[in-house]
Amino acid sequence: MTTWNELEAKSLRTRNNPSRSVPVGGLAAPKGGAGPERALVHHLYLHLPFCAHRCGYCDFVTVLGGRGQDGAYVDALLAELQLEHEALAEPPETIFLGGGTPTFTDPAQLARLLAALPPTQELTVEANPETITPALAALLREHGVNRLSLGVQSFQPHLLEVLERRATPQVLQAAFRTAREAGFDNVSLDLIYGIPGQSEADLHADLAATLALEPEHVSCYELEAKPGTRFTRAHGDALAFQAEAMEGYFELVVATLTSAGYRWYETANFCRTEADRDLRAHHNLAYWLGRDYLGVGVGAVSTIGGLRWRNAPSLPRYVAALGRGEAPPREPEPLDEATKARERILLGLRLDEPLSTAGLTDVLDLDAVERLERLNLVQRSAAAAELTLTRRGRFLGGGVTAELLA
Amino acid sequence: MDQAHIRNFSIIAHIDHGKSTLADRILQLTDTVADRDMKEQLLDSMDLERERGITIKAQAVRVLWKGQQLNLIDTPGHVDFTYEVSRSLQACEGALLVVDAAQGIEAQTLANAYLAIENDLEIVPIVNKIDLPQADPDGAAAEVAQLVGVDHGDVLRISAKTGEGVDAVLDAVVDRIPPPSGDLGAPARALVFDSSYDQYRGVVAFVRVVDGCFATHDPLRAMAQRTRFEAEELGFLSPERRPVPMLQAGEVGYVITGLKDVSKLRVGDTLTSERRPAAEPLPGYKEVKPMVFAGLFPTDSDEYPELRDALERLKLNDAALFYEPETSQALGFGFRCGFLGLLHMEIVRERLEREFDLDLLVTAPNVAYRVRERPDSEWIEVHNPADMPREHEAVEEPYIKASVIVPKEYVGAVMELCNERRGRFDHLEYLSEERVHLIYELPLGEIVLDFYDQLKSRTRGYASFDYDLSGFREGTLVRVDVLVGGEPVDALSLIIHREFAYERGKLLVERLRKEIPRQFFDVPIQAAIGARVIARETVKAKRKDVLAKCYGGDISRKRKLLEKQKKGKKRMKQVGGVEVPQEAFLAVLNLESDR
Repeated sequence: MTTWNELEAKSLRTRNNPSRSVPVGGLAAPKGGAGPERALVHHLYLHLPFCAHRCGYCDFVTVLGGRGQDGAYVDALLAELQLEHEALAEPPETIFLGGGTPTFTDPAQLARLLAALPPTQELTVEANPETITPALAALLREHGVNRLSLGVQSFQPHLLEVLERRATPQVLQAAFRTAREAGFDNVSLDLIYGIPGQSEADLHADLAATLALEPEHVSCYELEAKPGTRFTRAHGDALAFQAEAMEGYFELVVATLTSAGYRWYETANFCRTEADRDLRAHHNLAYWLGRDYLGVGVGAVSTIGGLRWRNAPSLPRYVAALGRGEAPPREPEPLDEATKARERILLGLRLDEPLSTAGLTDVLDLDAVERLERLNLVQRSAAAAELTLTRRGRFLGGGVTAELLA
Repeated sequence: MDQAHIRNFSIIAHIDHGKSTLADRILQLTDTVADRDMKEQLLDSMDLERERGITIKAQAVRVLWKGQQLNLIDTPGHVDFTYEVSRSLQACEGALLVVDAAQGIEAQTLANAYLAIENDLEIVPIVNKIDLPQADPDGAAAEVAQLVGVDHGDVLRISAKTGEGVDAVLDAVVDRIPPPSGDLGAPARALVFDSSYDQYRGVVAFVRVVDGCFATHDPLRAMAQRTRFEAEELGFLSPERRPVPMLQAGEVGYVITGLKDVSKLRVGDTLTSERRPAAEPLPGYKEVKPMVFAGLFPTDSDEYPELRDALERLKLNDAALFYEPETSQALGFGFRCGFLGLLHMEIVRERLEREFDLDLLVTAPNVAYRVRERPDSEWIEVHNPADMPREHEAVEEPYIKASVIVPKEYVGAVMELCNERRGRFDHLEYLSEERVHLIYELPLGEIVLDFYDQLKSRTRGYASFDYDLSGFREGTLVRVDVLVGGEPVDALSLIIHREFAYERGKLLVERLRKEIPRQFFDVPIQAAIGARVIARETVKAKRKDVLAKCYGGDISRKRKLLEKQKKGKKRMKQVGGVEVPQEAFLAVLNLESDR
């Protein structure tokens, strides 16, 4: 791992390049000598790693249990935020609490954290349905949380079991009602498809149950069996076996949700369309639009200017470093212009809105663009300044993007 | 030396029947090589030869035995080099016919023994390996005696390994084999029976002087090829080069020519002196033509120049090797190479890979075809299925006379195999009560792939096999193309008998379907004869290819995934707008060579 000093040195080099925005915060500008083009970060992510149980398929940075450590962790989070606060716009546009299971955190500590956050337009908290009590929902509302992302995954008991989720279908329904009753008018449900043993009828049932709740937003992911996880060891063979049968599941998801009026605005994300509200996940939209973001917490990733860094995933080291008033151990990844441009394409083409190719032509394979256009997978605007994937192109977005990159 | 004191002889033996070991013993017994310098099988100078137990290039060694000059001319031991064998035999008056006491006569022994008999050679039959526990010297001696028509008491019994009986062999060479009887006073004539390339001194010819006398610095001429050069050095091998001022009628030796190109001096040609040229060359010269062809491509296209240089260097020592540049859409730049036969091909390939460290992709071998597009047009020779006109009036393919020796219980299996391969039964004879000699006529194209392997496996390894080319004959042959996305893949075209076309076409497209990754669109894979599709498979279009989710923490990893995917694509070959990994062609080509 790169040491803090190396990281510091890298950011100094970046700073000396006047054409770049200035990396900030702990990495940041000399006190009192802020450069002339100080780009502020408008999007803040906070990672709360604690979970009651680690689901087999999960590869996020999670910490089991953690009762008793929440207080120290929230202290550390706030310390890191303080360290980096100069980077952050006041107020930031979006804040997202992810995990782990943020709602598994001790309510008093969660409240303390929320109270310390700056005001923002969109404040999302991820929640496991079984943690949503009326009291917790009320606490979140009181502290300005205006968007709730519920990790439902499936409504089928046998599939919830495969995923090692603890909620029952009844608990899922109840959690949603509780959220509504507490006043949440922007709720997102997470679904997973491609679960070992999931039939097409199961998927239909999950989509129907989801639509019956009329959530504002739905995220729908194919199960990723990542190599080395316990889940893949247990179910890898079954997944390989059913891979072909499940090929149409993605199409089924898109067809069902769009015909129910949802907008397929990102590869895996859908939202209701309302005249006076844009119900897309604005925090996540920032990632897809290639904007800078600050991530604090154990394992959290930030991207600011030409630098991305990941906090080390060790909870004790994270807490200890911030306890000493130092930044936590970090793994930096400098991003050159070409890499950033490639990421703009990779991310931007996930959206249903055209991607401006200004500044991206060096990393685009124009022959491939033409070829894919002929295959009706890509569309270019008349001036060729914008790229969009066609409906079929979006189903093949990964391969299409790989081909588009020079 | 007076011709009366000269004996020139070869050793004829099947692989592993002990030819090289016997040669080694002869070198030791005659003090030609000191014991401490003795390398196992000294005559086989290339590693590959030693490893495969075969002799690729003939050489000649002079030894002295009881005041006589004996010249041992080593012959290549394989079917592909029949012509070279015949030239080596023509340089001799006699041959030692060596048969393994445990194995008896094999097809190859038989073929070469017949060659020796045709050349009027005195044959000294020998049963070797009598020291082996499983040896049956009487049985083997009876077979050999019957073959050469002698009393079985005249068959020598030896163990080249222990040296037992080898002195008797040398005595028999002197006593039984006649001395040469050339005309010392006639214009000089020498038969070239082998050549090699010395990087400092050019082509070195190995010759048997038949008439007259050659002296150093004589201006010489190769009569068939009309190549002129000076005899820079004359000499003999013992086993290293020993220069002498002259070589005269009856003697065997070498001529250093200074020529820079082995193809200027072919085996079988006659050397004569410009000072007093002979009127007629020695009989029997023919230009050997490659009969088996395959495309050789570097796996890494950057290695093309290395492959070209390597072929140039191999060619220096191998006049029979033919090559010309070939461009394949599927496999890139390479060479179409012609070989005398399958073993020759294997040897070239192994030398390229081993000595030149090249990684090669070899297309399925095919034979040379003669094609006529219309009744009034010229016959053209086709070395590559992709060059075969799709419409033609007639095709001829090379045939062989195949000779198979097997224990009688496998006769049925051999006949079945030969029939499957369009063979025509010629005749059958019993060599002994147990062993049968079968003669079939077969298209060479039917044996270039796996005939020999099949023969071995169906006879539990007991069959021995040899063949002779017997000319071209018309065949019901068709060109089958494999099309990917509607475009033919040149490297996969093949010429095949109409009857087998459907089955093979089906196998090819099925295999290719499994190897071609799914694309953004349906990819038809077809086998076709002309415009008629005989087999079809479809690689169904991908319906989904997405990175499931992508948030702040995932971006680097997803980007790396796509970059990797992109790199993978760059290694693919484009055929009909379809990306095909090189491994797909490899898998199909392997299938072809395995059949």
